[in-house]
Amino acid sequence: MYPITAKEVLADSIKKIEVTAPDIAKRAKAGQFVIIRVSSKGERIPLTIADKNEKNGTVSLIFQEIGKTTLALGRLNAGDSIMDIVGPLGHPTESVKHGTVVAIGGGVGAAEILPVSRMYRECGNDVIGIIGARTRDLVILEREMTGSCGRLFVATDDGSAGRKGFVTDVLKELIEKGDKIDLVYAIGPVPMMRAIANLTKPFGIKTVVSLNPIMIDGTGMCGACRVTVGSETKFACVDGPEFDGHQVHWDELIQRLSAFKVNENNATENYKRVCKCDQHA
Amino acid sequence: MQMRPTRINMPQRPARERARDFIEVNLGYSSRQAQEEAQRCLQCKTRPCVAGCPVGISIPDFIKAIAENRMPDAVKILKDKNSLPAVCGRVCPQEDQCEKKCVLLKSGHPVAIGHLERYAADWEKENDVSRQACAAFDVTEPRVAIVGSGPAGLTCAGELVKFGFDVTIFESLHDTGGVLRYGIPEFRLPKKILDYELNCLKKRGVKIFTNTLIGRTKSIDDLFSEGFEAIFLGVGAGLPKFMRVPGENLNNIFSANEFLSRVNLMNAYMFPEYDTPVPEGKRVAVIGGGNTAMDSARTALRLGASEVTLIYRRSKQEMPARVEEVHHAEEEGIKFAFLTDPLGYKGDERGFVKEVECLEMELGEPDESGRRKPRPVKGSNFVMPIDMAVVAIGLSPNPLLPRLTKGLETTDWGELKIDNDFMTTKKGVFAGGDIVGGETVIQAMGMGKDAAQSIKQYMFQKRMEC
Repeated sequence: MYPITAKEVLADSIKKIEVTAPDIAKRAKAGQFVIIRVSSKGERIPLTIADKNEKNGTVSLIFQEIGKTTLALGRLNAGDSIMDIVGPLGHPTESVKHGTVVAIGGGVGAAEILPVSRMYRECGNDVIGIIGARTRDLVILEREMTGSCGRLFVATDDGSAGRKGFVTDVLKELIEKGDKIDLVYAIGPVPMMRAIANLTKPFGIKTVVSLNPIMIDGTGMCGACRVTVGSETKFACVDGPEFDGHQVHWDELIQRLSAFKVNENNATENYKRVCKCDQHA
Repeated sequence: MQMRPTRINMPQRPARERARDFIEVNLGYSSRQAQEEAQRCLQCKTRPCVAGCPVGISIPDFIKAIAENRMPDAVKILKDKNSLPAVCGRVCPQEDQCEKKCVLLKSGHPVAIGHLERYAADWEKENDVSRQACAAFDVTEPRVAIVGSGPAGLTCAGELVKFGFDVTIFESLHDTGGVLRYGIPEFRLPKKILDYELNCLKKRGVKIFTNTLIGRTKSIDDLFSEGFEAIFLGVGAGLPKFMRVPGENLNNIFSANEFLSRVNLMNAYMFPEYDTPVPEGKRVAVIGGGNTAMDSARTALRLGASEVTLIYRRSKQEMPARVEEVHHAEEEGIKFAFLTDPLGYKGDERGFVKEVECLEMELGEPDESGRRKPRPVKGSNFVMPIDMAVVAIGLSPNPLLPRLTKGLETTDWGELKIDNDFMTTKKGVFAGGDIVGGETVIQAMGMGKDAAQSIKQYMFQKRMEC
């Protein structure tokens, strides 16, 4: 069991927890993830490591409550424990000086872009951050991102915070203005990452995306996370999670992410119903 | 009692009853059956069966003990060479090993060594007998780390505690047993049997840490700096192989590892009580001819498939699966498409597989493995409608650990290089099982056991040098 030492609600349905996992805290690097299991009957899901505190031996996980597992995780509080956590998994983001890096996080992806932005900045890059959300209440980590980027842009679909529009609109403007961009790094919903890759491709701007397909073991054993990159099948857990955004077969990724949609929706609805009963009791 | 000429068949549940649940198929011998079967052993002076056992069990001795109803002795003899007899009695391909060497094979009825092994191991489980004492190591206890809790690692651990070593196992998954847990289904190896064997090891002092992926959570060098003096890597093969045919990434096409892990490790057959789902394919194709293919096919049937077809590109004789598994699969109604090779898959508009196109094959000249090489029959293409496929064509070595560990060299095939003493190219690091080219549970166990001997030698030498 791995105790939760702190919990914070960042936005409606977006939560942050600190989990005691000293071995992971010691070695985790930007871009890596963990696989967790909330309880003994739970499934294994991957979550990006948002931050770590080596001294306290904790890692921070930020997640949006979208399915049964994340809802169950969101109900836990400081003092509770999660059943299992293993990591850090996947290749860390390469700490290289590219020049100017545009770091883009969509939705809860803002949590995942933060450590990447910090790392890029530490190795001498000019970092331009873009975070996007549906609406003002869902914008997270704006302050932290401001501190980790030379410039930060916020975009909301409804214009309630930052500029109205998508993160791609901001990126497009930057490109059109003629800013020299050496690397775009994007993490967030698949349609967003695809739109970014499509946008940068004609300009030949190197674009790295961090993928989050279905995984079970996270160590290369099961092949659930296979993605087509170029003409090759890759396993996101051991070959990734970062790939060249211009080479990813996006339609296939979306199709594979929907493989268990019906089961997932049923499980989530059942869970919500049972939770409500709990609250009434 | 007069010796019976034929071997006693393993009592098993009727195919119709068992094909829809996950309860163990084989029921095990009664004590009378076990004694009667044991009395068939001729107690040959030359003991050819022992030579056929990868871990060198004194087979005639344990069988004699059963025949004379000295069960504690039978268990002791078995456990002297084999840390996991209840597992081996269930999953070893005896027909290619000990039973193949039995002189009674000529009569068509070799002694049922595997069934007797299972009987003795289960007897121990039901009759709490005192554990064998651990021999004390006459210097300070060396600390050894075992990476991976599959058959190789568990066997190595079992041997090393016998020598009085201080043994710690690191496992990357949340539960122990490796392929014995995530791969082999409940109906063939009940988890309570595995748990019992694991508990025996724990009682003997083996420490186990789960959720620890060596290479990522800790490095090999971290383990040395934590005070481990030798390390055994039994990390398994790793990456599932695919055929690289068009459409293989459609939904509801799984590697056998994924399909079986969902069901065995994550208990997906109990969804929604357990959170991990697994599709209930109605028309299922399983690609491959090994034990994993049989396990996948029979699992799909138990999940509610109405038709499961095993597609294998060679003929029945070349199938690497255990004879018993093929027989059980046939009884349960699995269909076999021999001499058939999948060319590709097509999906529906939502990306779920709906058919597999196949090509018929014929057998040509023998290849390097001595098996006749299948070659395509021109124009024999046909389409099989399916809604799920499981690819069970083997594994390639996981590159993670060698990639992350300086000094750990691999062969051209990606397996860890080892010397005759199972030591890798990194000093003090040994390896066995699938990661060095093993193929079966018992081969992995044999290597784990031999590596333990080498580790003992290595530790003695190391202490002498100090």
